[in-house]
Order: sequence, then structure tokens, then C-alpha cells
Amino acid sequence: MDQKGYRRGSYQSSTSDEDMVEIAGTSLDFSMTDDDPPLDQEMGGFSTYNGGGMNGTSKMMDFLEEPLPGVGTYEDFNTIDWVREKSRDRDRHREITSRSKESTWALIHSVSDAFSGWLLMLFIGLLAGSLAGLIDISAHWMTDLKEGVCLAGFWFNHEHCCWKSNTTFTDRDKCPEWKSWSQLILGHGEGAFAYILNYFMYVIWALLFSLLAVLLVKGFAPYACGSGIPEIKTILSGFIIRGYLGKWTLIIKTITLVLAVSSGLSLGKEGPLVHVACCCGNILCHLFTKYRKNEAKRREVLSAAAAAGVSVAFGAPIGGVLFSLEEVSYYFPLKTLWRSFFAALVAAFTLRSINPFGNSRLVLFYVEFHMPWHLLELIPFILLGIFGGLWGAFFIRSNIAWCRRRKTTKLGKYPVLEVFVVTAITAILAFPNEYTRMSTSELISELFNDCGILDSSKLCEYVNDFNSTKGDDLPDRAAGPGVYTAMWQLALALIMKVFITIFTFGMKVPSGLFIPSMAVGAIAGRLLGVGMEQLAFYHHDWIIFSGWCSQGADCITPGLYAMVGAAACLGGVTRMTVSLVVIMFELTGGLEYIVPLMAAAMTSKWVADAIGREGIYDAHIRLNGYPFLEAKEEFSHKTLAMDVMRPRRNDPPLTVITQGSMTVEDVEAIINETTYSGYPVVVSRESQRLVGFVLRRDLIISIENARKKQDGIVSTSIIYFTDHSPPLPPSSPSMLKLRSILDLSPFTVTDQTPMEIVVDIFRKLGLRQCLVTHNGKLLGIITKKDVLKHIAQLANQDPDSILFN
Amino acid sequence: MFAQCVWKCASSLLLVALLCCILSPPAQAGKSSEDIRCKCICPPYRNISGHIYNKNVSQKDCNCLHVVEPMPVPGNDVEAYCLLCECKYEERSTTTIKVIIIIYLSVVGALLLYMAFLVLVDPLIRKPDAYTQPLHNEEENEDARSLATVPTPSGARANTVLERVEGAQQRWKRQVQEQRKTVFDRHKMLS
Repeated sequence: MDQKGYRRGSYQSSTSDEDMVEIAGTSLDFSMTDDDPPLDQEMGGFSTYNGGGMNGTSKMMDFLEEPLPGVGTYEDFNTIDWVREKSRDRDRHREITSRSKESTWALIHSVSDAFSGWLLMLFIGLLAGSLAGLIDISAHWMTDLKEGVCLAGFWFNHEHCCWKSNTTFTDRDKCPEWKSWSQLILGHGEGAFAYILNYFMYVIWALLFSLLAVLLVKGFAPYACGSGIPEIKTILSGFIIRGYLGKWTLIIKTITLVLAVSSGLSLGKEGPLVHVACCCGNILCHLFTKYRKNEAKRREVLSAAAAAGVSVAFGAPIGGVLFSLEEVSYYFPLKTLWRSFFAALVAAFTLRSINPFGNSRLVLFYVEFHMPWHLLELIPFILLGIFGGLWGAFFIRSNIAWCRRRKTTKLGKYPVLEVFVVTAITAILAFPNEYTRMSTSELISELFNDCGILDSSKLCEYVNDFNSTKGDDLPDRAAGPGVYTAMWQLALALIMKVFITIFTFGMKVPSGLFIPSMAVGAIAGRLLGVGMEQLAFYHHDWIIFSGWCSQGADCITPGLYAMVGAAACLGGVTRMTVSLVVIMFELTGGLEYIVPLMAAAMTSKWVADAIGREGIYDAHIRLNGYPFLEAKEEFSHKTLAMDVMRPRRNDPPLTVITQGSMTVEDVEAIINETTYSGYPVVVSRESQRLVGFVLRRDLIISIENARKKQDGIVSTSIIYFTDHSPPLPPSSPSMLKLRSILDLSPFTVTDQTPMEIVVDIFRKLGLRQCLVTHNGKLLGIITKKDVLKHIAQLANQDPDSILFN
Repeated sequence: MFAQCVWKCASSLLLVALLCCILSPPAQAGKSSEDIRCKCICPPYRNISGHIYNKNVSQKDCNCLHVVEPMPVPGNDVEAYCLLCECKYEERSTTTIKVIIIIYLSVVGALLLYMAFLVLVDPLIRKPDAYTQPLHNEEENEDARSLATVPTPSGARANTVLERVEGAQQRWKRQVQEQRKTVFDRHKMLS
């Protein structure tokens, strides 16, 4: 071989010569003695190279021999190899199908394997629905416990306590069986002292519940705090967090979620319910081998479980599936769509049969008005969308700033004290205003409600003209004094909720933010709606109103404005699109309102995206430094693979393992000195021709196992990755064959590949690392962490914030 | 493999049975007399104030004529009055509510007792070693993260049930301490 010619050629063609010198300086040896023949007879079994028919069966034997326990599993805080998991599942499926022709038992086994997915979805739906029912009923009871207790049975909440007795029309809350704390202690409920006693008991109960919650979280399952959705997004993209979806996390999250919601804090239970449902999914996966051993299949089940979680939180099965598709899942094959729908439906049906709200409704704020809306009302709806977008961007910025402060300063050292102080402030500020004293779900339900003649709440205290009432169709009326009081109380509640939620989301108790955002939006929407209604009533002769809103007509529905406002604010914070609209119209049953909801959701997303690119969950992922490769953004820079790969210019050369010349001692030294999670295997150090890739964990397990179980393996034994052992003198110790743990098909790109394509490959295939070659020789390696750091660097963010490997 | 299959089938059947037990109270107990009602809300009409009427009748009898007693308006006005009233049939299950609340309170009580046991009693029973400080923030003691991180099958087979339970409890405590370090001390996750 003309080496000089090769060198000349390489100097002319390569652009950065210094990197290429190492490769170009080696001797180019095309002899075939070191490596396997290119047409490996194991593939076809037809050639007779080097030995004959026996070799055709060796692959079959390698495959049938059981892998060591532990090989093929992953370490904590590592990324899975999607390609390997998927191909393992296909192999398993092929094996079962081929064996099913042998005996009846094998046929039954193959049929049951096919059905195991559906059976698993059924179990997940049942368990998630039951847990959601338990959470709902307990949360209702404990929320009311802050205000009083039922004498007819302490387990009844306020509504159920007064179920049997006759309440008056104007005062629907009072009944003899329900006693507030001041009535119980003092004997009467009126007067300043009784008010102060009620206030005091309310704050004491709130503090007790939240302290209990944070102590349980800290003592038993620290992973149970927060919302859970950012971490579940990361897990579904291929990351491993051991214990995050375990039994103790499930129990503690369920229990403390009830406590946190009942303590009156400004948080919701939808996000944590998704976490609870995913825990159920993960735990039930252990019943089926197909899902227990394969991480990729397990993530399909977790996507479906997330859909079931949202479905029971909102009573919206279709919205749940779309939420899982849009927000939570990374890969969503079509088969998962149908199974997620099944799981969501079973969960919703289970919850309905437990019947937590006593009237076969799934959610507390199911409204069913069908008033038409007019085209001109789109203007206030778009205004609500703008408000939602602005609030969403403001909330994300301030919440992330506060969470960053919690992460980096001394504030993070006192989690229990932080929860105590925030609960105290929330309870003290919330009690005087009746709209903050009631639970947030009740508030939203009242705001969505359209006022009819049967309503007697303060918000519906309009000036009634009795002569013109016909049935339930009330015209627009002038606001009575009750409405004005309600308006300024609601405005105060809005201000309080806007600020207190910033400090509440992210504390060390389970906290969701769907309900608080919907509350902020509903209050803003209702205020605007009542304002529009009064404007239309007093100025019905203006041009904009005269066409469609004549006197005596019922044209403006403030409840609809509240709904649209809730959707706008939720969209501004989470940046959901289709799933939000579907959830909202499944919540309300109003298909006529799809257009206003869509208009508001779109406007709010555009406004919020103009201010800040990320939704709240992506912002939290970036704050925590999870290795999540965003699937939605375009990579638009012109860098090449060789700019990103390691080793860089001044780094030591790539750590490789040769295929047949290193001893056990050498390999162990490499493992101890470096912390890489995988090593490329090359033919020899001189040629650097790639054979495959081997993972660190598999190497460690195999070597340890070989030292213990296989005889003759000592530190000077040679490790070989080829099919046949290299020829050695007979006095040398027995050799260790590790071909079974070698990945023979690692992904490679050339050094001139644009990074756009490399990022695309990482996203679409779910790679963990990719080898870089130059002219067929191994040059370097790009890992997912390198890609993330590169993206962060180009976006002028701190590349050191990518923490995990 | 057959034994594994039998074990898995048995555990799935057990799970289904448990779920049925949880769900059967609502299925059975909906029909006791104190669990159904028909609620009619009648608004103010002329000079009669608004009123709410409750009566436990079945669903087919749930209308204004059966429930609103005594009728506050004379005979020819009844129809106009009843058009304004809205009657709804509602069902609930008190047994479900009672069972769920009692389950919840017992779980919370059990967890509190266990926490008290771990904090107060456990350190007195065991000899103090590195793993018996369950609720305090851990100092940063980085263990050598080499081959020790790989889970190897434990050498000494713990034979008695008590030793196995203790071993499991120690492992769980270690896991919780790791989690606590990650979340509360190093703020690596769940900021």
C-alpha cells in the first residue's frame, strides 16, 4: 500500500489537518487476519469459510443461552437505548411466534402475550380510577374539616351532611347536623368571637395538614413532591429515575396530595394525578414479563397511564389521550393511541361508578348551558386570550426565578419551614374573603355557573323584574348590590391567587397548577363578562350592541367568559393547544363553544410564545438540567459533527477496547480510570476500525460473573469479542468471550455530517451515543449530553447546566 | 417457566379480587333509603318565597307533583308553579364514603406510627451504624462510585423471615436516604 500517497491525499482533502494526523499517520493495513470476514457466515449460514456447518448454528446457540441477570439493564440516571430495546422486543416476539407452532401450551402463551397489553390497560384503568375516587372523596372531606364537622357521622363533608335535611332557598349551607367549629366549641355561630375562633381553627387545620404532608414526603418518599409532569416527560423520553414510579412514591403521593389540597394552598391535583397513574402503570408492569424486562415497551404503557391520569382528573378521556400525545409522551406510536383511549375510558368509568360527587358527574364543574354567543363577542374573548398569554409568561418567569432561588440559596435548606410559612400566609389571607376561603374547584364551579332564577348566590344577585320572567330564560339585568360586592371580592381574590401561586408551585409537597391557572382565568373572565353584561344592559342603544342585544334579550353569558378565560390562562402557562380545547369542551359539554375556546387558546399561545419560548414544564426541565432533547424545535445552525464530537483537539485520545488483545486487568483499569458509560471496540489500536460498542455496566457485570463462575479466568486472561478465539500459546490462561454483550451495529456518522442531521437522528431514533468516523476509521463519539450542551451553547444558555449523564 | 407463569396469574387474580372488593361497596350499597333523594328547587313566585324540597322517592316519581308537599299555590296555579321548579334525582353511597374515609385515616395513622417508630424507637433498638439516621439531612459523603454501584447478588442468604424483612427495610432506608440527598440536599432533581 502506498502510504505516502494516502498521506498526500489526506492532506489535500481534509479541512482540519491536525485532527486527521493521528489517523493518517498510521500504517494502512488491509490484511484480513485481524478481523472477521465481511460476509459473516452466521448471517446466512451458507458459506464454509473457516470451519463449516457448525458455525451456522453458533448464533442460534448464543441467542438461546440466557443472558446474565443484570446485563441489558440500566443504571440510575442514565438514558436507555431505544434501538436495542425495540429490537429485543422484536426478537422476543419472533421467538414466541416461532415456538407457538410447537405445542398447545406455547400457542396459549403466544395468545396471552398478545392480550397482555390490553389486560394491563384494564388493570391500570381500574387502579387509577379507584385511587382518583379515593383522592376526591378524602379531599372533599378534609377541605370541609377546616370549617366544621358533621354530627351525623364525622366522615360526611358539608354537602353530604346536609343532604337529607331541608335547607332554605337563600341559605343553602345551613343545616342542623353541620356544626362549624365555633358552634361546636362556643355553642353559637354569631359574633366577633365566633368569627375569630373559626379563623383560628381554619389556620390551625391548614398548618396541620401541610406540615403533615411535608413531613411524610421528607420521611418516606422525597420523590413524591412537586408536580411530576416534567420528570415523567423526561422518563418517557428514555431517562431512568429509579424509585420515581415506585410503590412508596405512589402511596405517599396519594396521601400527601389529599393533605396538600385540603390545606387550602393554591395548588391543584391534576399534575400529581398523572404521576399517580404512571406509578400505577409502572407497578402493574411488573406482572407481565413483556413489559417488566423491556424499557421501551414500558414507556408505551406509561404514556397510556398518563392519559388515564388526566382522564380521571378532568373527566375527559379524549382530552387525556391528546394531553398524553401532546405534552407528556416522546414517542407515540398509533398502537398506543388506541390502548391509551381504552385505559382512559376504563379509568373514567371506574371513577364514575365510585361516584364521588353523588350525581354521576366526573368533575365538580360540569356545566351544561347552551346559550349562543355572537361574533362580536370574539373581541373580548381575544382580549381574554391576550390576558392569559401575558399572565402565563409572567407566571413562568417568576416561578422559575423563585425555584432557581430555592435551588441555589439558603432558602432550599429549610423546606419544612418554607411550607409552614407559605401555608400560614395563604390561610391568613384566604379566610376573610369568601371566594378564597372556599376550595378552588368550588370557586371555578361557581364562576362557570350561569345565573338562573334558581340561583341565590351573591354573584347572581341581580335586580329582578318579576313581571317579565318567563321560565328559566332570564334577560340581562342590572347588577344588584350583591354583584358589586362579589366583583371587588373577586378582584382581590385574583390578585392574591396570581401572586401566591408563584411561591406555591414547586414546594416540597405534591402540587399541580391546572386548577390555580384555571381559577385565575375564570375570575378574570367572569369580571369581564359581568362588565360586558352591564355595558350591554345600560347602553343597549350603542351601535355595537343594538344589532343583536336588544333590551330584554339574554345575550351575554358571564359563565362562558369565565370558561374562555380559564382556557386562555391554562393555555398560556402550559402551551397546550388541541388537548386544552378538547378538555374544556368535554368538561362543559358545550360543542358550540369550540370556536371561542380555540380563539382564546390560540391568542394566548401566540402572545405567550412571543414573550418566552417554553411552557412551564419545559422550563422546569431546563431548570433541573434533565437530559431531555426537545423534539419540537428546529436546529438551525451550520455546525458539523466534528465540532461537537469528543475527544476535542486538546483532549486525550478516545478510550477504546481492542477486540482481542486486552486482558481482564487492562479492561478493569480502563473502567476504573474513566467514567464513560460505554466504550467502542476496534480491531486494533493501529487500525482503529470499528467493530462495535460495549456498555460499561454490561462489562462490569460480565467480568465479575466470569471471575466468580467461570474457571480459569484470572487478571491476565485475554478478553475477546470475536467469534473465534485468537490463537495463543497453550500455556496462557483461558480466555473470556464477551461477544454476547457487544453491540455489533452501533450508529455512525461521518465527521462532515451537518449537526442538523445528527440532532435529527438522535431525536428520531432515540440514540444515546453516536460514533464519528473519518474515511472509515473511528474518530470520536457524540453523546446525547454533548448534543444538549451544544444546543444550549448555541442558544447562549449555560452549557454546564446539563447535569445528568 | 410454568411456575413463573402460575405465580404471575395468581398475583393478577389477587389484584383483580382486591379491586373488586374495593369497588363492590359502591355497587351493592346504593339502594338504602337514606341514599336516594329527589331534590326540587322552586324559585320565588309572586309573593311566595323560594323553597327547596327533599323527599326520597324513586326516579319515576321524581317530579314536582310528587315531591312538593304541601303545595303552596292553589290548584289552577300548580302547573305554572311547577314549570318554574326544577327537580333532580340524586344518588349517593354512604357506605363508600365511610369506607374510603376510614381507609384513608387508617393509612395516615399507620404512616405516622411508622414514622414515630423510625424516629424514636428504632435508634434505641439497633446498634448505631451509618444507616440509622432516617430523618436528618445527610452530609455529603460520596462513596466510591466504582464497581460497588453495580447490584451484585448478596452473599449471605438471609434465611429467616425476620432477617429478610430487616434486610429489605435497610435497603429501603438507604434508598430513601439517597432520594433525600438528591432532592433536598443537592437539589439535583425536583427543585
